[in-house]
Amino acid sequence: MTVGVLALQGDFAKHLDAFAELGVEAVAVRRPVELDALCGLVLPGGESTTLSLLLDSSGLTEPLAEHLRAGLAVFGTCAGLVLLAEEILDGRPDQRAFGVLGVTVRRNGYGRQLASFETELDAAALDASLSGDPGGPLPAVFIRAPRIETVGPGVEVLARLVGPGGEDGDVVAVREKNILAAAFHPELTADRRMHRLFLEMAGE
Amino acid sequence: MTEQARASETGRETGTFTVKRGLADMLRGGVIMDVVTSDEAKVAEDAGAVAVMALERVPADIRRDGGVARMSDPAMIEGIQAAVTIPVMAKARIGHFAEAQVLQALAVDYIDESEVLTPADEAHHIDKWAFEVPFVCGATNLGEALRRISEGAAMIRSKGEAGTGNIVEAVRHLRSIRGDIKKITQADSAELYGWAKALGAPIGLVQEIAETGELPVPLFCAGGIATPADASLVLQLGAEAVFVGSGIFKSEDPSRRARAIVEATTHFTDAALVAKVSTGLGEAMRGEEIGALTERLAERGW
Repeated sequence: MTVGVLALQGDFAKHLDAFAELGVEAVAVRRPVELDALCGLVLPGGESTTLSLLLDSSGLTEPLAEHLRAGLAVFGTCAGLVLLAEEILDGRPDQRAFGVLGVTVRRNGYGRQLASFETELDAAALDASLSGDPGGPLPAVFIRAPRIETVGPGVEVLARLVGPGGEDGDVVAVREKNILAAAFHPELTADRRMHRLFLEMAGE
Repeated sequence: MTEQARASETGRETGTFTVKRGLADMLRGGVIMDVVTSDEAKVAEDAGAVAVMALERVPADIRRDGGVARMSDPAMIEGIQAAVTIPVMAKARIGHFAEAQVLQALAVDYIDESEVLTPADEAHHIDKWAFEVPFVCGATNLGEALRRISEGAAMIRSKGEAGTGNIVEAVRHLRSIRGDIKKITQADSAELYGWAKALGAPIGLVQEIAETGELPVPLFCAGGIATPADASLVLQLGAEAVFVGSGIFKSEDPSRRARAIVEATTHFTDAALVAKVSTGLGEAMRGEEIGALTERLAERGW
């Protein structure tokens, strides 16, 4: 069994590189038949409107929804999080989403590119879910990122922004059953904790 | 190199090179479309564009009309920002840092320091490190690409020959850039200094290419893309995304052609799919023979 990265549009190559660093040969996925051999799939960053259109035109929407229901491990980053969320605010009315993750997200919830930012996250909950020593604050890059506004019951919070006074800020990484998601881009930094957790979920 | 990054008391840093380059990474495998009205921007978004380039005239019209081509009216850019949810880019004249300041004040998502507009400075490009908003710049060869990167560009595109619907110049630029990168990966450490001199590029960037085998920022293609097969061609030649200027809205059925170019960009190695989306698209833009041009836009910039 292998891990796949949805390669319709976006920074899928960065995810493939991240898995290669961890010694895992991941494959690019563009066609429905390629879903069948997977133990896990990444929905990468990109433009969520473009991705939902290409999922439809490539015949991937229905087969992927079925795999999600059947428990396929999926990791959504940024646009990938939007595609997984139960509710999308400020999206396009015709925007498609799989609705399998109990969160409400606001597209571009932190603003335009000028508001895109780098920071360090409180990742104690992520470390608690991973084997091995805690890794300290998690570096994170937010690019026109979606904002998680509500988190439903059954959704585990893995990382948060840190507020100005050190208090808890927005939830930015979550897990619910077979779904892992982040509002930021773990594939753009050198810290591989999120990818390691996903590989554990995928049974690699 | 100084970087115009800003740290707030919440520990968030905006305008860093990682953040600038990050948006270019998110646009990979996508199509960025030139639009001149909010309605065109919506057509582009509906067709699956990853971003739009807001401008007053597409390059084919700039070429036809002549005169000085400048930054767009802010009202027009704001109208397009209000109409779509995808990133909105806009063009500033080469060297016109005040136009770039205005575009940054409008919070456009990317600035294209573009040879399609009339250059404002004959010797200097914009110091792009002085901005928080990211820049894309055109290049005809590797030296030009590395000079723009050293000035702070976070994305490079081929110049091609804008507004012609003729892909030949973009192919020349991509082959030149990718070809020299390949040669540099074969060079020994002493030869890299010769490459830096020949290219007129910083040695540090040449050494980085020797090590990684790629540009330090994404390489996109612009200039002359008019068909789905054009998109497939340039992606197979190593471009990571495409800009389509006049090719969509100067064609018979812009909506269908836009959608077809989006699908061909995703599935660029699948010739059967490119054939399918190319079928019955109506007339492409008429296009121009390069030899018949009175002005070559790609020669602007240095």
